[in-house]
Amino acid sequence: MSTWSDTLFQLIQSVLVVTLAPLLLGWINQCRAWLQNRRGAGLLQPYRALHKLFHKEVVLAHHASALFRMTPYIRFGSMWLAAAIVPVLATDLPFSPAADVIALVGIFAFSRVFLALAAMDVGTAFGSLGARREMLVSFLAEPALLMVFFNASLISHSTQLTTIVETLAHHTLTLHPSMAFAAAAFLMVLLAENARIPVDNPATHLELTMIHEAMTLEYSARHLALIEWSSHIKLITYTTLGIALFAPWGIAQAGDWRAAPLAVAALLFKLGLAGAGLALLETLSAKLRLFRAPEFLGTAFLLAVLGLLTYFLRIS
Amino acid sequence: MDVTHILPIDFLLDAIGLWVVLGIVGAIAGKYTIWIQRLVFPLSALVSLLLLVISLWALSQPADTLVLPLGLPGLPFHLRLDALSAFFLLLLGAASLGVSLYSASYVRTMDSATRRLFCLEYHLFLASMALLLLADDAYLFLVAWESMALSSYFLVTTDHKIPDIRRAGFIYLLIAHLGALALLLCFGILQGGHGDYTFAALRNAHLSSFWATTAFLLALFGFGAKAGLLPLHVWLPEAHPAAPSPVSALMSGVMLKTAIYGLLRITLDLLHGQHPWEWGALALGMGLTTALFGVAYAAVQSDMKRLLAYSSIENIGILLVGIGLTLLFHTYHLNLLAALSLTATLYHSLNHAFFKSLLFLGTGSVLHATGERNLGKLGGLIHRMPWVAWTVLIGTLAIAGLPPLNGFISEWLLLQAFLFSPRLPHPYLVMMMPVASAALVLAVALAAYVMVKFYGIVFLGQPRETKLAQAHDAGIWERLGLAWLAAGCIFLGLAPALVIPRLDYVTRLLVGDALGSTATRDWLFLTPVLPERASYSPLFFLGVITTVVALTFFAVRRMYHGRLRRSDPWDCGYPQAIQPRMQDTAEGFGQPILQIFEPFFHIEREQPDASLPRPRYREKIEDRLWHLLYRPLIRITDRLSGWIARFQHGRIHLYLLYSFLTLLALLIFVR
Repeated sequence: MSTWSDTLFQLIQSVLVVTLAPLLLGWINQCRAWLQNRRGAGLLQPYRALHKLFHKEVVLAHHASALFRMTPYIRFGSMWLAAAIVPVLATDLPFSPAADVIALVGIFAFSRVFLALAAMDVGTAFGSLGARREMLVSFLAEPALLMVFFNASLISHSTQLTTIVETLAHHTLTLHPSMAFAAAAFLMVLLAENARIPVDNPATHLELTMIHEAMTLEYSARHLALIEWSSHIKLITYTTLGIALFAPWGIAQAGDWRAAPLAVAALLFKLGLAGAGLALLETLSAKLRLFRAPEFLGTAFLLAVLGLLTYFLRIS
Repeated sequence: MDVTHILPIDFLLDAIGLWVVLGIVGAIAGKYTIWIQRLVFPLSALVSLLLLVISLWALSQPADTLVLPLGLPGLPFHLRLDALSAFFLLLLGAASLGVSLYSASYVRTMDSATRRLFCLEYHLFLASMALLLLADDAYLFLVAWESMALSSYFLVTTDHKIPDIRRAGFIYLLIAHLGALALLLCFGILQGGHGDYTFAALRNAHLSSFWATTAFLLALFGFGAKAGLLPLHVWLPEAHPAAPSPVSALMSGVMLKTAIYGLLRITLDLLHGQHPWEWGALALGMGLTTALFGVAYAAVQSDMKRLLAYSSIENIGILLVGIGLTLLFHTYHLNLLAALSLTATLYHSLNHAFFKSLLFLGTGSVLHATGERNLGKLGGLIHRMPWVAWTVLIGTLAIAGLPPLNGFISEWLLLQAFLFSPRLPHPYLVMMMPVASAALVLAVALAAYVMVKFYGIVFLGQPRETKLAQAHDAGIWERLGLAWLAAGCIFLGLAPALVIPRLDYVTRLLVGDALGSTATRDWLFLTPVLPERASYSPLFFLGVITTVVALTFFAVRRMYHGRLRRSDPWDCGYPQAIQPRMQDTAEGFGQPILQIFEPFFHIEREQPDASLPRPRYREKIEDRLWHLLYRPLIRITDRLSGWIARFQHGRIHLYLLYSFLTLLALLIFVR
């Protein structure tokens, strides 16, 4: 296998993930509409929204600094990198040694800190409120996410996503009880980090409840489009990460072009299922009060730590 | 002397001598601001650079020893320069270079007398830290340790006319002396009855495990007092706001590291190979408690220097976690893993020296330009002070542990070391490790919260006070100092492959193994132990993000347009425009943390009566340990001294009676 073929595979994968990202959101919204007996706006609605935003003229607050204008691009760039590291279609991609799972958490933190700082930049009440809440949610979610990764790392003796996925998918057929705890924790972190119900509601602009929307309130046009798009990429990255950790069947090796169609089909199937599941979850649950969110995330954290302890109980 | 035979240690002594000379020159010529500003401090920075270069060279050299004909008769000063000393000297040189450059313009606002004293003490402080790192006998070590404590005490109390500052200085001096006392006892135990206090003799002394453990505990107490380990941290949040900013930067960036140096020197060098696992577990536990405590308190501070002081406590906690992990692995002869955690510890020491000095200097510029230390009265300074704001942003991102900057690398290495903990042959320890790593991750994640609060409130948003409109950016020397430290953060973040091979000399010396070529086989990728196991490439990271950012920027411009219009921010339909007071205050931003960790804090609240015309809500957050530990101690001391005071009346005949009774007692008992 040549490096060029691997690199091509890498590029195709990341472009595919980035372009598919709004589709996943469209699918979730569509499923939710069906569950609520509505017709829904169609699968392509997020693309139309992005297109519209890109056309608009940016309205920028007078004292917004360069940091505010940089942030959408930085966020988009770091989400792209995150999407490139996760083995979505294939393992052992040329980008994957650039960052392991801990660095992946670092990438998410990097883009989040920039967004929180940008939210505080204009100096409105909502911006700092959103920044504070986002940092609150994330400082609880981040340890839980790392603990989930530690669960997987202890089994595969690696923090390298490629090695983790290969170990979990190919080498062992044993069931890992610790991974069940980790899966539950991961789902909770996914909901919290992607501003979904029950922690945040992406469809609201009610000041009492909003977190993510409060931070992006001052953004408009192409800046907003990039931020929205990167949020879509974040959601799909988290979903594919969950797939890679807990249901890694069908993921190909890099450069193995014959396995690629199967990998794409498996990915689409799993994404469809995950999206429908998310929609169901969001329809069935209600948003928590903000100060219940720490309890929710504390539960996720404890579940992940319990998973680690289960692992050690098993080996000792 | 033949030039080819000059050893690094000779250069280092020259550097120390130069610092002392510069201090004296400053004390004499302190009247002439321009001299101090253009000559003394820039020269001092040059000496720092010399120290940096020499110690970089000395890292790879075999250890050098030297006996100075100074000191007491028959008790000369022993000096030794090995890799550990060289590494910490490098840290001292690197951080003090930035701080000295910065100080060049900082001293211009002082009055003549203060400036003279400041110059002298500043340079004595630097020289005593360097001497401390070179010391090869307990006697010189303690002399340097005490002169470091004293000179820094005088630096903290530079503005000694303010009572609060005198109080802060007193607390610092008191705790420093408690620590020094513990160290004196510790060295007393270490000599093992031979009466020889050179480190070479201490290394050869064989101690029973009881005495070794006592020595370790005393060292932990003594160095912990200097480093700000719980519960001896109380001086840090008092002394840092009191001290001038360059002094805070040096104390936090370098002086705390001398305690880490001392702890490493005693546990891994002088007490080599005789530690039970409990030592490591104790250090780990104390480190975690300190880290969590420090960061939770940092989150609720509203004074920016106090916030940074608590953040230093957190970082010391992280360093101690690293030391604890090193000791644990070393106990079970897992030397490669001990080397991994030691590398993380050393790397973090270096990182902390850079970013904490940078942040303290940044707050110094802000304080200087606005006269405000209170976060609630700042805001929007990114427009007024762009140099300070952008360099401090780098420090902020670095200390928050974000890739691709330096704070992330040491934390990453430490987490990797944690992931190897299943190799420990002790089942209970292995069970505790996940919880320990979880606590560490929590502290690190909370640090990001704290830093967003710090940066967002000081530099972003709208100015909360009208006088902030007059704030001016830092002067040229200050900019140089800030830029050097920020560049250090970036370099250490992007080029771990160049740094880690240097650290290998230290780990090989202390734990007998090193990450070696495996860690940096490829200049692009950092792979401790095994590439399949973990790898990270900061350059790649930065490269991909930069490429995508550039491509997106041009693609959006090309496919759509770049039109932009300035307007007021959205005012939610209110008739009046947005007020700066509507922004979060420091208290508001810290409020969720206060609510979550409420049992940690000592909170005094005054609920106002809502029917009053001007209800006032007051909330005071204090260090819980003051109330749990120090207040009772003070009360006991007070009561004891009250009893003793009863014997004291100032009447001669009573004192004569005491003497008479004593004599009588002596006659009866000591016949």
